[in-house]
Amino acid sequence: MSPVRITLDGEPFTGRDGQTIAGVLLASGRRSWRESPSGAPRGVFCGIGVCFDCLVTVNGVRDVRACRRRARDGDAVTTQSRAGEEAR
Amino acid sequence: MSRRVVVVGAGPAGLCAAAGALRAGAEVTLLDAAEDPGGQIRAWPGFERLRDHVLGHPRCGWWPETSVWSIERAGAGAPRVHVLRGEIDAAGRDRHVLRPDALVLAPGAHDRVLPFPGWELPGVSTGGAAQAFVKGEGLALGDRTLIAGSGPFLLPVAASLLEAGSRVQAVLEANPAATVARGWTRRPWELASQTGKAAELAGYAALLARHRVPYRTGRAVIEARGDGRVEEAVTARLRPDWSVVPGTEQVAAVDALCVTHGFSPRLELPVAAGCRLRAGAFADVDADQRTTAPAVYAAGEITGIAGAPAARTEGLLAGWIAGGGPPDAPEAVAVRRRRDRARAFAARLAAAHPIGAAWPGWLRPGTIVCRCEDTTYGTLRSTAADDSAHAVKLATRAGLGPCQARICGPAVAELLPAGNPHHRPVAQPIRLGELAKPPVENPGRKESAR
Ligand SMILES: Cc1cc2nc3c(=O)[nH]c(=O)nc-3n(C[C@H](O)[C@H](O)[C@H](O)COP(=O)(O)OP(=O)(O)OC[C@H]3O[C@@H](n4cnc5c(N)ncnc54)[C@H](O)[C@@H]3O)c2cc1C
Ligand code: FES
Repeated sequence: MSPVRITLDGEPFTGRDGQTIAGVLLASGRRSWRESPSGAPRGVFCGIGVCFDCLVTVNGVRDVRACRRRARDGDAVTTQSRAGEEAR
Repeated sequence: MSRRVVVVGAGPAGLCAAAGALRAGAEVTLLDAAEDPGGQIRAWPGFERLRDHVLGHPRCGWWPETSVWSIERAGAGAPRVHVLRGEIDAAGRDRHVLRPDALVLAPGAHDRVLPFPGWELPGVSTGGAAQAFVKGEGLALGDRTLIAGSGPFLLPVAASLLEAGSRVQAVLEANPAATVARGWTRRPWELASQTGKAAELAGYAALLARHRVPYRTGRAVIEARGDGRVEEAVTARLRPDWSVVPGTEQVAAVDALCVTHGFSPRLELPVAAGCRLRAGAFADVDADQRTTAPAVYAAGEITGIAGAPAARTEGLLAGWIAGGGPPDAPEAVAVRRRRDRARAFAARLAAAHPIGAAWPGWLRPGTIVCRCEDTTYGTLRSTAADDSAHAVKLATRAGLGPCQARICGPAVAELLPAGNPHHRPVAQPIRLGELAKPPVENPGRKESAR
């Protein structure tokens, strides 16, 4: 299988063809990439597109579920944060 | 002209519904948000043959990467189905409107996880997430994992993680051994007709034994701890009502914790179609899988959590009837009988794995209940003391985050008296730009990506 190279906030990650963005990050030991309203780290929870914990920005498009989106070679992924929105 | 049947979801229920409708002579459009058919279970004995038959059938259009985002009722006829086609959460996907003669809904279920302190830490996931990454990418979510919750589903999760090389520390079933044993051994004649499933469960038990993974009953994870990710799980012995036996706490070092307490059916589509719910929890269907909404049928986990074999027989029947097949055809009679046996088996499993009413005893004031909005148990309680459920939601935002209460809804409903937790007019996210584009019309044109 051909390698897939993506970046997360500029940091390079390499995965395999067919992996999801979450899979590429998890396989490299990365556990979290989003901040909740209180600023706490979040990563994968449901793994099947239901919980929206894993949201990332992909090539400028916000709110993409990393557990469902296939990683493509060259994808520039950036993290998202809801910290600062008033935590209740 | 033959009937046009749209089937939503290509898991065991939807794929079999497509097969049933094709057999009845209908034109079928089968769609799924995923790229491949198979649903959450992905494969079962006979899956490849069925997939190739359905997807290759001249009267079947297969629409992968197609999400239903809205269902519009259309008087006495079948509702219109609004879909987006394209890569998941991409910008600028195409909008289509399908106008079938009959609609089969088979969107399945997702794991239900009860909140506990620390469940929001990275590294804590559902059992389904562990399954999905092993089956989809051969990836174990951790090296030292603990599996906890309730139900037979914990066993395939353990098997997958072992297969992917994870060291599974234990499988913890919250219900006491007596409850589990009573449910599993009641009405043994039902078991005889479901030998496939029973043999599968026995196989998991043997696998756990081979890897020396303990299966402990009456024990649960009541807290996850760690700095920025899960490092420790606190487990405790439970009474039959799931209250904690004080002094039985133990701490286990883990780097992943997989928890599932059952399944929540995905009810937003049946609710949008106007289907009545049974006990507020499942799509209500008659003996032929017909819902209370005109020309809408339901099959699989949305009609009851009964496992893949039941989902397959329900799908076959729903598709056959939706496609105009006669209800009294000999094969329909046989399928109905098989379905009833599969459901009976599921009922006994459900009886073996109830959710104990005292689970909120695990919560502390600072425990997050709504993961999207970080709403804590304490905030919910203090707001609930002087407001209606609706006002509590608005004030705390519990259940109003991006997941639309799919995750916390059932827990919040138990903690507060709430309205219909399954009312989600927008079933899947749609971007403003996509909404503004006119839909592509599909005047019965059959399309297939394969
Ligand atoms: C994550 C997970 C893992 C599981 N693993 C196992 C296992 O290993 N062994 C086992 O025995 N059982 C397992 N189960 C249970 C088993 O999957 C179910 O019993 C069975 O798959 C139910 O079949 P179904 O057709 O009703 O639903 P599903 O298989 O869930 O199929 C539903 C399909 O509908 C699609 N869908 C839902 N909403 C929409 C929408 N709005 N638009 C378009 N498509 C939509 C989904 O993408 C999905 O493919 C698992 C369940 C889950 C949730
Ligand atoms: S992990 Fe739940 S949506 Fe991706």
